Amino acid sequence: MTTIQHISTSRRIKDRVVQGLVYLAFALAVVPLVSVLWLVIKNGAARFDLDFLTHSMRNIGARDVGGGAYHAIIGTLEQVLIASLISVPIGLLTAIYLVEYGNGGRLSRAISFFVDVMTGVPSVVAGLFILAFWVLFLGQPFSGFAGALSLSILMMPTVVRSAEEMLRLVPNDLREASYALGVAKWRTIMKVVLPTALTGIITGVMLAVARVAGETAPLLLTVFFTDSINNDPFSGPQMGLPLFVFDQAGRPNATAVDRAWTGALTLILIVMLLNLVARLIARWRSPAKGR
Amino acid sequence: MTTKVSTRDGGPATSRPASRRSHGEGPFRYAATGAGIILLGIMAAIAVFLISEAIPALQANKGHFFSELVWDPNGSQVFGIAALAFGTVLSSALALVIATPIAVGVALFISHYAPRRLAGPLGYLIDLLAAVPSVVYGLWGVAFLVPLLKTPSQWLNENLGWFPLFAGEGAIGGKTMIAGSIVLAIMILPIIAAISREVFLQAPKMNEEAALALGATRWEMIRMAVLPFGRPGVISAAMLGLGRAMGETIAVALIFPATFDITFEILTPHANSIAANIANGFGEATPIGRGALIASGLVLFIITLLVNIAARMIINRRKEYARAGA
Amino acid sequence: MSKQIQVSGLDAYYGGHKAIEDVSMTIEPRSITAFIGPSGCGKSTFLRTLNRMHEVIPGARVEGKVLLDGEDLYAANVEPVSVRRMIGMVFQRPNPFPTMSIYENVAAGLRLNGRVAKSEMDGVVETSLKGANLWNEVKDRLNKPGAGLSGGQQQRLCIARAIAVQPQVLLMDEPCSALDPISTLAIEDLMAKLKDDYTIVIVTHNMQQAARVSDRTAFFNLTAQGKPGKVVEMDETSRMFTNPTEKATEDYITGRFG
Repeated sequence: MTTIQHISTSRRIKDRVVQGLVYLAFALAVVPLVSVLWLVIKNGAARFDLDFLTHSMRNIGARDVGGGAYHAIIGTLEQVLIASLISVPIGLLTAIYLVEYGNGGRLSRAISFFVDVMTGVPSVVAGLFILAFWVLFLGQPFSGFAGALSLSILMMPTVVRSAEEMLRLVPNDLREASYALGVAKWRTIMKVVLPTALTGIITGVMLAVARVAGETAPLLLTVFFTDSINNDPFSGPQMGLPLFVFDQAGRPNATAVDRAWTGALTLILIVMLLNLVARLIARWRSPAKGR
Repeated sequence: MTTKVSTRDGGPATSRPASRRSHGEGPFRYAATGAGIILLGIMAAIAVFLISEAIPALQANKGHFFSELVWDPNGSQVFGIAALAFGTVLSSALALVIATPIAVGVALFISHYAPRRLAGPLGYLIDLLAAVPSVVYGLWGVAFLVPLLKTPSQWLNENLGWFPLFAGEGAIGGKTMIAGSIVLAIMILPIIAAISREVFLQAPKMNEEAALALGATRWEMIRMAVLPFGRPGVISAAMLGLGRAMGETIAVALIFPATFDITFEILTPHANSIAANIANGFGEATPIGRGALIASGLVLFIITLLVNIAARMIINRRKEYARAGA
Repeated sequence: MSKQIQVSGLDAYYGGHKAIEDVSMTIEPRSITAFIGPSGCGKSTFLRTLNRMHEVIPGARVEGKVLLDGEDLYAANVEPVSVRRMIGMVFQRPNPFPTMSIYENVAAGLRLNGRVAKSEMDGVVETSLKGANLWNEVKDRLNKPGAGLSGGQQQRLCIARAIAVQPQVLLMDEPCSALDPISTLAIEDLMAKLKDDYTIVIVTHNMQQAARVSDRTAFFNLTAQGKPGKVVEMDETSRMFTNPTEKATEDYITGRFG
């Protein structure tokens, strides 16, 4: 006689089947990632050369080979930089308000809630808003700056959330030690709290930048198109790398589609690099984070 | 009195901040509060300016905005949101149906199945899906997914054509609703998976142990102690994913063939959405056309706003519940 | 339905760290065996090796033998799941399933083994709740959430949940450490009643409790910090607390350390 009975076959099978399904789900999720990266590398590598990175599309005819994304890369860098200059101070100050001053009051709860809701604003709506407000209402021209404005709207909630999280991680002991020395609250925030949370905040900002650098829809509605180099983000249409990909992909010629793939490769490299560096900074700062 | 001061000054600090007055305190405080108010102002401004710039176009509309299928604000000035809104809802609903089960599986894989040491890197791999720009997914969809789906679509149409979604005559496959929905599903999967993973990891260890000690298998333990706890989180994650899918623009703008009709035939080249229409129609839009696109964007904004608010309210309620139960 | 446990040469590890070393003992049926000892001496770890809950923790493993009426729980063809079905466990903090009602909590274990008729299930739930001295307090609100009960009631609910599947052995890991004195007393009374039917093993920090409820006591200790825990002495509880053989036991019991 055995005391210990085996569990029923049906329970065992069910457990195994679910395990199989869970592994399958993960495999299914990885397939598109691998497929996308493979295709982008395969199709993009052909034109990924110095010529592509240093030339614009000016005077490149519909069927011509050659041409490049230099104007788009410049545009993206400028737009993302301006977007960061706008959204980081506002986002960071908002986070400081929520963590240090808000104290769960009605205003801070409202801001906190709408920051969450704002993360869900579709990027195309952010673009339409800048179009409606900046271009149509204020009568400003399409420009890199208008694009940056729409990107900054997408960046702000991300910056607020990540900065808020980092500020909350700063131990209260540090704040209290500073207060105990008679240091004013705002100086404590500037000299103690922010430096402690700095790397975390940088990581958050870089992830936010990585996210908006790949956005196409808001640019489409605000910077318009150009094939030429325009270094001035404040006047005249500019280009952006995602927009370049969209534009070239929509053209009927194989040479244009090739350029779209190479643009996609460049874009993915920039975005992944930002992601990677951000995560490395985060890891380097908190080596013992894992539980 | 100490408590009183610290309540007013706020912040997590419980002790009283330095009593010595400092010149920077006031301005700094106002700057921080002001930044928060700017954020609220932006949300309000989005609504205000979308409405104000949409009104002229809506007044010029010779059709009925909510029921008209046609979108011709540039020529005949007849345009309606019906077909576009239908396409937006159908494509994102399909995306949700495809993505949610896989995302929950992925989340369980990371939280309860994968070897501990691999869980972190594998989770990062899934997060990378979210880092791929939308336009790249569009490119991939057109170049890879659309041809790939051709044969299975035809097979489904021939053999299961009685099912409304697989019905249709003439051209089957190509730039279809299902191709766009699959791409949308891939794009929202990492969001749903990431939030689900977090709530599954938060499931109380002590309840998991209770289930195991009763002689539960791993799956039975998950069903008893993890899924019931994580359900609200998964629901709100799915709703956030839904909001994202509805607003997703460029990928579907490249894939959808920009037709204006209402059909459930997802295997035929009939598909469009509000966002795709904005991206595809903006280049040639007249002033009335721009206004019309802004009006459609306003509808999109309101729908996604409602979906997001609902999702956030579920999350926030769950947070309070979790805190009270801790 | 009460069985004897024989342990021989048991080591337990967390990854590379050996938590307990070379434990051998016999746990008699229809009696209460108490494990006492300072924090970190491995008594809870050892308890969890008795129903194979130890290996739930990633990297944890066990070497040695645990025989339940002569059958090795760690034999290759034995599944941990069926071992846990035979050997119930009550934890330090009451852990009823928060999403389930009182009734569903008690029924949870039984439902794992397939469909049970409603009337039969009702009977098991009532018997188990009576067995856990909780029936009279909850019989009018069986469909209310288990989390709404007081701490002591929750712990008795967990005991009811554990005995509903009619295990051979009941393991209790400091079951009263999160409870007030009155609830503690209720649990101790319950244990005295349950030992007529079950083999009970209890880990406790409270030496009075060990002295009050147990028939036999094992004293666990570690020779130095970072070294594995061992059984120093095991004997009749009355003998242990009046006339221990080992100096370390006496020091611990008289409160000189720990």
